[in-house]
Amino acid sequence: MAESSGNMWSREQRQDMNKDREKTQKKRSNYEEQEQVEEQIFNFNKKPAEEEEDDEGLSDSEDSVYSGLEDSESDTEDDEDEEEGSDDDADNNDVQAESERPQQTEEKKKKKKKKKKKKKKKKKEEGGGVTEGDDEKKEDEYGHDSSDEEDIRNTVGNIPMEWYKDFPHIGYDLDGKKIYKPIRNKDELDDFLDKMENPDYWRTIYDKQTGSDIILSGEQVELVNRLQKGQFGDINFNEHQPSVDFFSRDVMLHPVTNRPADKRSFIPSLIEKEKVSKLVHAIKMGWIKPRRVEDESRGCYYDLWASEDSSILAKHRMHVPAPKIPLPGHQESYNPPPEYLFTEEERALWEQQDPSDRKLPFVPTKFPSLRQVPAFPRFIHERFERCLDLYLCPRQRKMRVNVNPDDLIPKLPKPKDLQPFPTTQSLVYRGHSGLVRSISVSPSGQWLASGSDDGTVRFWEVCSSCCIKTVRVGGAVKNVAWNPNPSVCLLAIAMDSVVLILSPSLADKQVISSTERLLVGQQETESVEGAGHITWVEAQGEELNQGICLKIQHPKAVHQVVWHAKGDYLASVMPDHSSHLQVFIHQLSRRRSQNPFRRNKGLVQCVSFHPVRPYFFVATQRSVRIYNLVKQEMTKKLQANSKWISSMAVHPGGDHVICGSYDCRLSWFDLDLSTKPYKMLRHHKKAVRGVAYHRVYPLFASASDDGSVIICHGTVYNDLLQNPLIVPVKVLRGHVITHDLGVLDVTFHPTQPWILSSGADATIRLFT
Amino acid sequence: MGGIQKKKFERGSATNYITRNKARKKLQLSLPDFRRLCILKGIYPHEPKHKKKVNKGSTAPRTFYLLKDIRFLLHEPIVGKFRDYKVFVRKLKKAYGKTEWSTVERLRENKPTYKLDHVIKERYPTFIDALRDIDDALCMCFLFSTFARTGKCHVQTIQLCRRLTVEWMNYVIASRALRKVFISIKGLYYQAEVMGQLVTWLVPYQFSHDHPTDVDYRVMATFTELYTTLLGFVNFRLYHSLNLLYPPKLDSKAVSELKEDNEDDYAMNSECYIEKLSALSASLARVVSTAEEEEAELDQFPVDGEDMEKMEAREKEQKWQEAQKKLFEGLKIFLNREVPRESLAFVIRCFGGNVSWDKSVCIGSTYEVTDETITHHIVDRPSIDKQYINRYYIQPQWVYDCVNAKILLPVEDYFLGVTLPPHLSPFVEEKDGDYIPPEKLKIMALQRGEKPAHEQEEDSEEEDEQSEDEEDEDDEEEVDEEEDAEEENLKKMEEQKSRGKSPQVKVTPGKVKVENPARLEQEEKAEEKRLAIMMMNKKEKYLYDKIMFGKKRKVREANKLAAKRKAYDNAEKAKKKKTRK
Repeated sequence: MAESSGNMWSREQRQDMNKDREKTQKKRSNYEEQEQVEEQIFNFNKKPAEEEEDDEGLSDSEDSVYSGLEDSESDTEDDEDEEEGSDDDADNNDVQAESERPQQTEEKKKKKKKKKKKKKKKKKEEGGGVTEGDDEKKEDEYGHDSSDEEDIRNTVGNIPMEWYKDFPHIGYDLDGKKIYKPIRNKDELDDFLDKMENPDYWRTIYDKQTGSDIILSGEQVELVNRLQKGQFGDINFNEHQPSVDFFSRDVMLHPVTNRPADKRSFIPSLIEKEKVSKLVHAIKMGWIKPRRVEDESRGCYYDLWASEDSSILAKHRMHVPAPKIPLPGHQESYNPPPEYLFTEEERALWEQQDPSDRKLPFVPTKFPSLRQVPAFPRFIHERFERCLDLYLCPRQRKMRVNVNPDDLIPKLPKPKDLQPFPTTQSLVYRGHSGLVRSISVSPSGQWLASGSDDGTVRFWEVCSSCCIKTVRVGGAVKNVAWNPNPSVCLLAIAMDSVVLILSPSLADKQVISSTERLLVGQQETESVEGAGHITWVEAQGEELNQGICLKIQHPKAVHQVVWHAKGDYLASVMPDHSSHLQVFIHQLSRRRSQNPFRRNKGLVQCVSFHPVRPYFFVATQRSVRIYNLVKQEMTKKLQANSKWISSMAVHPGGDHVICGSYDCRLSWFDLDLSTKPYKMLRHHKKAVRGVAYHRVYPLFASASDDGSVIICHGTVYNDLLQNPLIVPVKVLRGHVITHDLGVLDVTFHPTQPWILSSGADATIRLFT
Repeated sequence: MGGIQKKKFERGSATNYITRNKARKKLQLSLPDFRRLCILKGIYPHEPKHKKKVNKGSTAPRTFYLLKDIRFLLHEPIVGKFRDYKVFVRKLKKAYGKTEWSTVERLRENKPTYKLDHVIKERYPTFIDALRDIDDALCMCFLFSTFARTGKCHVQTIQLCRRLTVEWMNYVIASRALRKVFISIKGLYYQAEVMGQLVTWLVPYQFSHDHPTDVDYRVMATFTELYTTLLGFVNFRLYHSLNLLYPPKLDSKAVSELKEDNEDDYAMNSECYIEKLSALSASLARVVSTAEEEEAELDQFPVDGEDMEKMEAREKEQKWQEAQKKLFEGLKIFLNREVPRESLAFVIRCFGGNVSWDKSVCIGSTYEVTDETITHHIVDRPSIDKQYINRYYIQPQWVYDCVNAKILLPVEDYFLGVTLPPHLSPFVEEKDGDYIPPEKLKIMALQRGEKPAHEQEEDSEEEDEQSEDEEDEDDEEEVDEEEDAEEENLKKMEEQKSRGKSPQVKVTPGKVKVENPARLEQEEKAEEKRLAIMMMNKKEKYLYDKIMFGKKRKVREANKLAAKRKAYDNAEKAKKKKTRK
C-alpha cells in the first residue's frame, strides 16, 4: 500500500515539480543548441526537428513520454557535469556517459538511505498527518528508482514470510540488525472487541513483511475503492483524453523525442555493408536477378499472323488435325420430339449397358421449359475426356471407304447373254419311295436311270417323265452309271458290296445286240491281281429276266461306279480308311479286275476317268490325285482347300476339274494353272452333294443340301492365257428338304441344256 | 554368303518411332512436364502399322511417338523454361526450409514464366488454321469462365477466359456471324461462320459446377493456357479485320447511353467496363468510324450452263443469309429476369434486335419494362401478372427456333403456358432415306413460304398418305398371294399324281396371266444382282455386306422412329377424343 501511496502524485505536486524541471530544461536546451551547431555534420537529418526543440511548451509532454529518462534530478546533475566538462566530440560523449553511471548509482544509494530514514519517521508518526507524509514525499519523489524498491525496511526479500514464523524476528534491516516482531498478544476475543469498538478497524490491515497493522488514510481507501471499481487511481486522470497519435505515418514537423541521435545512426553499418556487398556480388554473378518488371505478356496480343509464311508448314507434314466434336442431334435437345425419348425397355437397356457400349452417352430428356433445365453433371468430364483425346490418342488418317456398294459388285456378262441354260422346272419324276441317291442319263439322252434307297432302279423317259421300267435289286442303290459308249446300252449299279451290270434293253436292236456281244464274248476271267477279292458272277434266273447280266462281288460296300469314256473300263470305289483296296478298275470285255494302288493314300471319296487321255482322278478327303495309268505314276496332286470333298467332275476338255465339298464350297481347278483352286465358289449355304459338267455347253452345276441347284456358266478358252470365265446364271429351287437333305445328285442332259436333279424328297426334277 | 549380318530393328519403322519413356529420357523431363510439353506443342502418339516390328518383337502395349516429333521438341525453348521452373521450385523449398522469407519473396518475384506466342505461330502457320482449331479453345474458355474463383485454378486465368470470351461474343455480334443455336441438355451450342469457317462452341448453363474428383485439372489448365493465348491472338486479328479497336471499347454514343447513376453500387470502376462489355448491349468503337458497312455484292461473272445454276443457287443462299442476318431488326425485345440473359442478349443482338432487361439484373440495360414500343417480352414462367397489350409474351425457345428456321416463326406456339413445340437440332442435315421429324417438315414448309394448313387438313392428308401406303403394300401382298395359290394348286396336282390317282381330267377356261413387264424386268435385275453378288471375292463381299448392313440398320432406325412417332400421335389423338367426349 505504501507503494501505491508513493505513486499518488497530485497534479499540483507535479506542476511544482515541473517548475524545477523547467529550469534544468532551459539549461539543457541551451547546451543542446550549442551542441547542435557543432554537430550539424552528424545529424543533419534531424536538424529541422531539433531546431524547433527550444519551444518550451513541448518539454512537458516530452517528459512524460520519454520513458528512457531517469529521474530528472540526476539528469540535471549530469548535465551540469557535462557542462563543466564541455566535451563536444561524439566519441568523448560516449565515454563520459559510461563514466557517469557509477556516479549515478552512488547517488541513488544515498538517496535510498535518506528515504528509509524518512519512512521510519513516518512509521513512528503512524496514523498521524498524512499531509506531513505528503510533504515528505514531495522531496522524496525521485528518491528511489522504481516502485518495487520504494518502501523496503525489511531486507529478507520477496520470500514467503511463514519461514520466519518460528523466529522472534521477522527479518533484517539494511544494517543487518534483526527486526523483531512486534509483540502481539491479541487473541480472538481481542480481535472481536477491536472489531466492535475500533472505528478504524475496517481500514486497518496487517503488513506481513513488517508484522504491523497499518491504518489506511481516507485517500488511500478511496484509491482502493477506485481500483476495485476498475477506475484509474488518479482522480484527475481523464481516461477519455483525445489521443495524440505520435507515431503515425505522417512525417511530423518536429521530432517526437528530444533524444540526441545515436552514434550508430551517423555511422554506416558494417554489417549492412557486408550484406549489401554480398547482394551486389550475387547480382553481378547473376544469382539474383533484379526485380522483374511486371510483364504484361499475359493478355497482351498483337497481330501474330502479320506475315504468313508457309515455310513452317513443311515441318508438320505428318500432322493430322484433330477431328472436331460431332455435332449434336435431335436427341440432345432439351425438348426433343417425342420419338427420340427412350421407352421403358430402351432405358433399361441403356442402364444395363456398359458406358462404352452405349450408343448415346446420355439419356434424352424432355423439359417443359428452359428454366427447368439443370446443369449437365458430366460437363467437365466430357471436356476433360476431349482434352485427353487431344493429347493421348494416337491419330490415324482413316481412309473412309466411301464406296458405292454397287461398284463393288463385279461386272459380269448378263445371264441373258449366256443362254441357253436351264431356267425353269418343267418335269417332276415321281415314283421312288426313298431318297434318290443317284441318277444317270443315257448317252442318247432319251433315258434316265435312277437308283434309290427303296431298293429299286427306275428307268424313265426323259421327255415324258414316264417310268418305263423298274428293277428291284434288293438293296439300297448307292450309285448308277450309264455306259457312255453310245453303241452299247449298259448300266452299272452300285449296291452294297456288289456292282451290277444291267442291260435295260432300251435301245434299238443293233445296240442291244452289240451289248450282248460285249457281255458274252469274254470268258477268260483270270484277273491279274486282287482277283482274290473280286468275283465275277453271271446273273441267272429272275435277275437275268430283269436285265441284270453280271454281278461283280466286292469285299466291301461300293459307293461309286464310274465308266471310262470308251465304255469298256469301269472303276468302283469302296471307301475305307485302313486298306489299300479302295479302288478297283474292271475291264468289262475281259472280265478282269485290278487294284491300281498298292498303298492307302487316304479315304477315297470318288474317282473319275479323264475323258480323253489315260488319266485317272482320285479324290480323297482333302485332295485330288491324278494318276497316269499308262506310266503308272502320280502326275499331280490338287489341294482342294476344303475339309471334305464330296464329289468331283471333270471338264469334257479334260483340263479342268470341279470339286464339291461338304463345307459348302465348290472349287474349280485349272490343271494347267496350278494345283490350288483357280476359284472357290461359296454359293451354297449347306454341304455340296453333287457337281456336274455339261458335255456340250459351257455349263456346270452344283447341288446342295440347301435344296438348290446352282447353274454356272463356265467358259473355257482355248487360249491358254485366258482364264476361264465363271458366271453363276441361275439358282434352281424345287426340291423339298427332308431330313436335312436336299439335292443329292445332279446331272446334265448330254445334248440339251437341261439339268436333272434327284433329291431326298424322292423326286427327280428336270429343269429346262 | 559374305557381308556383315544385318541386325534386326536397326532400320525401317523400328527407328522411326520412339516409346514415351525413351522420349522422356531424351528430353530429360518428368512425366508431367513431358505431358505439358506435348499438350502445348500439339504432339500426339502415333500408332505404328506394324506394332511388333516397332516394339522390337515384343507385343507389350506401349505408346509410340514419332522420332521426328521428339527431335522437334528438343529445340523448344519452353523445355529450358521447364527446367528453370524445376530449379525455382527447389530453391523455393530450400528457402522455406531455412525460413528465409526475404529469399522466398525474391524468388517469388522472379518466378520463371514462358510465353506461348511462338508455339501458336508454329502450330497454326496461317490464320485460317487457327480459326479451324478454335472450337476447342472456345469451349474450354467458356467453361473456365464459369468457374468460381476458388482454388481450382488461378483467378487470373478465369478472368482472362472471361475477358476473351466476352471479346469473342462481341466480335460475333459485330460481324453478325452467328448461324445456328441449339439448346441441348448439356448447354447451349452456337455455330458461327467466321471468315468462311464454321466455328461451333458449347457454353454450359450458368450454374456452379460440381467439381469431379477424377479430373486432372492440371491438364485442363495447361490446355487453357494454350487456348487463351490462341484465342487472344485470334480475337486481335478478328477485331482488326472489322476495324474495331482491339482491347474492345464501347462506342462513345453507347458509353454515354449506358451511364447510370448507380454505377458505383454495381461494381468497382475497374470491373465496370468489362461488365458493360459483357452485357453485350452496346456496339463497339471502330478505328475508322463508318456509318454502315456496304456488303460486298456478288459480282456477276459471265457463265454458262451448269455454272449458271450453281451461281443462282449461291446467290439465293446469300440472299437467305442476308435476310437471316437482319432477322430481328426492328424488334424491341425485353428479357424478364428469369431467362438466361447473356445467351439471349447475344443471340438477339447477333441478328440485329434491340434487347434490354431489368436494371437490377445486370448493368447495361437500355430501356425499361414500361417502354411502350417493346414488341416482344420474353418470359419463362407460367403466367405473368401485369401484361401490356401491345407486346407478345413469349417463351425463350422462340428466339432460338427463329434463328434456326431463319424466319420469324408464328408466335402463337410459344405463348406463356403453352406446350412448346419440340426444339430441333439445326445441325442435323437429313439425307433422303433418313427420318425427318414432322416438325422439321412443318418448318421447311414455312420456309418455302407455304401457309401452315389447318391441323385437321393436315391430319386428313396424313391419313391419306398412310392409306396409300397401305394400299401399295396390299398390292404386293395380293400378287404374292396369287402366286402362292398357283403353287398350291400345282402341289395338289402333284400329290394326286404321286398317289397314283389319275387327276380328274377337266378343262377349265385358262386365265390370261397378266405379265407385268416392268415387274419382270425388275425381278430379272434383282436376280442378276444376286448372282453377281455371289461372285464377289471374300474381301469385297465382306465390305459389301458391311455397307449393306449399315444401310439396313439406318433404314431400320428410321422406321423405328417413325413407328414410335405414329404410336405417340395415335395416343395423343385418342386422348384428344376422350377429352372432347
